[in-house]
Amino acid sequence: MNTVIRASNIIKTFDLGEVKVRALRGVDLEINEGDFVAILGHSGSGKSTFMNIIGCLDVPSSGEVYIDDNNVANYSRDKLATIRNKKIGFVFQSYNLLSRTTALENVELPLLYNPEVSAVERADLSKKALERVGLGDRLSHLTNQLSGGQQQRVAIARALVNEPLVILADEPTGNLDTRTSYEIMGIFQELNEAGKTIVIVTHETDIAKMCKRNIVFKDGKVIKDFMVDKPINAKEELAKMPKQEDVLV
Amino acid sequence: MNTYNLLKISLKALRKNTFRTFLTMLGIIIGVASVIAMLSIGQGSKDSIESSISELGSNLIMVFPGAQRMGGVNLGSGTSRPLEIGDVEAIEENCTLLEGVTPVAMAQAQLIAGSSNWSSSVYGAYANYFDIRALDIKSGSRFSQSDVNRAAKVCLIGTTVVEELFGEYADPVGQSIRINKVPFKIVGVLEEKGAGMRGEDQDDVVIAPFSTVQRRLLGSTTVQQIFASAKSEDVSEAATEEIEAVLMKQLRVSSADEAFNIRTMSELSNMLSSTSDTMVTLLAGVAGISLIVGGIGIMNIMFVTVTERTREIGLRMAVGAKSKNILLQFLTEAVVISITGGIIGALLGIGVSVGFGNLMGWPVTITPFSIILAFGFSTLIGMFFGWYPARKAANMIPITALRYE
Ligand SMILES: Nc1ncnc2c1ncn2[C@@H]1O[C@H](COP(=O)(O)OP(=O)(O)O)[C@@H](O)[C@H]1O
Ligand SMILES: [Mg+2]
Repeated sequence: MNTVIRASNIIKTFDLGEVKVRALRGVDLEINEGDFVAILGHSGSGKSTFMNIIGCLDVPSSGEVYIDDNNVANYSRDKLATIRNKKIGFVFQSYNLLSRTTALENVELPLLYNPEVSAVERADLSKKALERVGLGDRLSHLTNQLSGGQQQRVAIARALVNEPLVILADEPTGNLDTRTSYEIMGIFQELNEAGKTIVIVTHETDIAKMCKRNIVFKDGKVIKDFMVDKPINAKEELAKMPKQEDVLV
Repeated sequence: MNTYNLLKISLKALRKNTFRTFLTMLGIIIGVASVIAMLSIGQGSKDSIESSISELGSNLIMVFPGAQRMGGVNLGSGTSRPLEIGDVEAIEENCTLLEGVTPVAMAQAQLIAGSSNWSSSVYGAYANYFDIRALDIKSGSRFSQSDVNRAAKVCLIGTTVVEELFGEYADPVGQSIRINKVPFKIVGVLEEKGAGMRGEDQDDVVIAPFSTVQRRLLGSTTVQQIFASAKSEDVSEAATEEIEAVLMKQLRVSSADEAFNIRTMSELSNMLSSTSDTMVTLLAGVAGISLIVGGIGIMNIMFVTVTERTREIGLRMAVGAKSKNILLQFLTEAVVISITGGIIGALLGIGVSVGFGNLMGWPVTITPFSIILAFGFSTLIGMFFGWYPARKAANMIPITALRYE
């Protein structure tokens, strides 16, 4: 199995003048191709910090990150931008979509910064990505006309569109109700079955059980790393839930 | 990221804040419009000065007798005599750079034709006066030098005189007119010249042979003025010096200032156009400062925009935008504001110039130069003042920008 991301003895310290926050205190991890990882842990345990570092949005105080076997330690800003553009797809808790912009244009964004993709290809790939997350009929909807779940799907399509090595999602269901969360997890499971490597951060154990591997952070360290026995199928779980209308009546 | 996408992104961003964009643009609009208006009005007045000078004959050299007078008091200490016909002859003989020279005798006289009468200035001169002053004849012809020699009682009159004595559409050539009771025959009418530089009516004149005016109307032998024309504008200064030398010898004075004044049209024209140049530069400079203030407005609003859109910048970086992409995005926004402002300002400036010109009767000349200048300047201002905010955006750290609250 290919290692997609390898983190070796990652230490991250935030220097706030008087106090130093030791957010990561030596993390060693490998994410392999086809993995579907949930990172768990209390608030402040360093999950986001770790995600940002392996996603090349932030740099570690010490330690090394290998992406696709490349040590990115001494990469320039531009080179890191290219890595983010081609190898990583981000999904954020707060969606981070461009407001008053159509779903399609939001999904096109990463491709806009990839000079190898033409305008025609860009629109085509973006449409396909939106179809993959079930929004084929919402292409020209403005993001503020979409529900939270739909917005997060647009964000997933945006993360997918450049066919990244890995999708990193920091609490992707954090702002969503249970039902919508399961819908989103269903999409992730589908993508993982199709071969995508996915890492998500979550608080919720039921969400974590839908992933294949769980990693638990505590005080900036990995304290547990195990494979989930029988991952729950999000779609089956969703089918068992009462319909939304029933709840409302 | 190509230009098309950059433009699309910045137009979209600017449209989100239409009113703010417009206010920002307003600074540039007003700046460009006022630069263009100032330059157009300035160029217009310069052109009109130049054209009225060339109407006067740009090679014209005028000699006035006596020292400089102030309030009628002769300030000169010299005992120089008035100018005489002999001085004119001396100039004629000794000056090589002159096309022609004529004495001028002037009289204010009462004109009578039939039952109408009118008071006007009568100028007596040689026949070449018409060439020296670049006067054209509307009908009839000029008098000849032999008319001058025999003091013929003939004259040419300006259109104002025609109007006053004979009616607007009359052609009085061949008719008789009494000037201070002396009968003269009208041999020609002068082409209309309009108002002069000091607003005087240049068509309210009578021109007659020098000797006739001197003997019949003035009864004196002095020459009130000498008019000459240089062979070309280039030699007009040298020609002036020649005249000066001749007259100093004639009048036996060591300094020209005591005895006579020489004025040239090119001197006058230089003086007037340098005054108007100074004015235009000053006004355009003030207008230019308003353009810079407009630029500072752009910088200010771009800083606000960059701060407001920190998260967007973070997101763009997270999905692969390089510093260069972000820099160009915000620079494009600033330049779009300034170029759009420049276009609107140029149109407004042209409109204001033309409108003002019509309303106030001011001459305006809109030169492509002023438009290019204002336009180029506003573009540069957009780049210059947009650069710093754009660089601030481009240098953001992705994660910090993304987490910005
Ligand atoms: N930019 C930052 N500056 C200072 N401290 C930070 C910063 N980012 C995170 N931290 C601190 O690092 C620790 C880990 O934070 P984080 O990785 O966000 O935790 P989690 O995502 O697991 O809740 C926390 O104590 C947090 O306050
Ligand atoms: Mg977090």
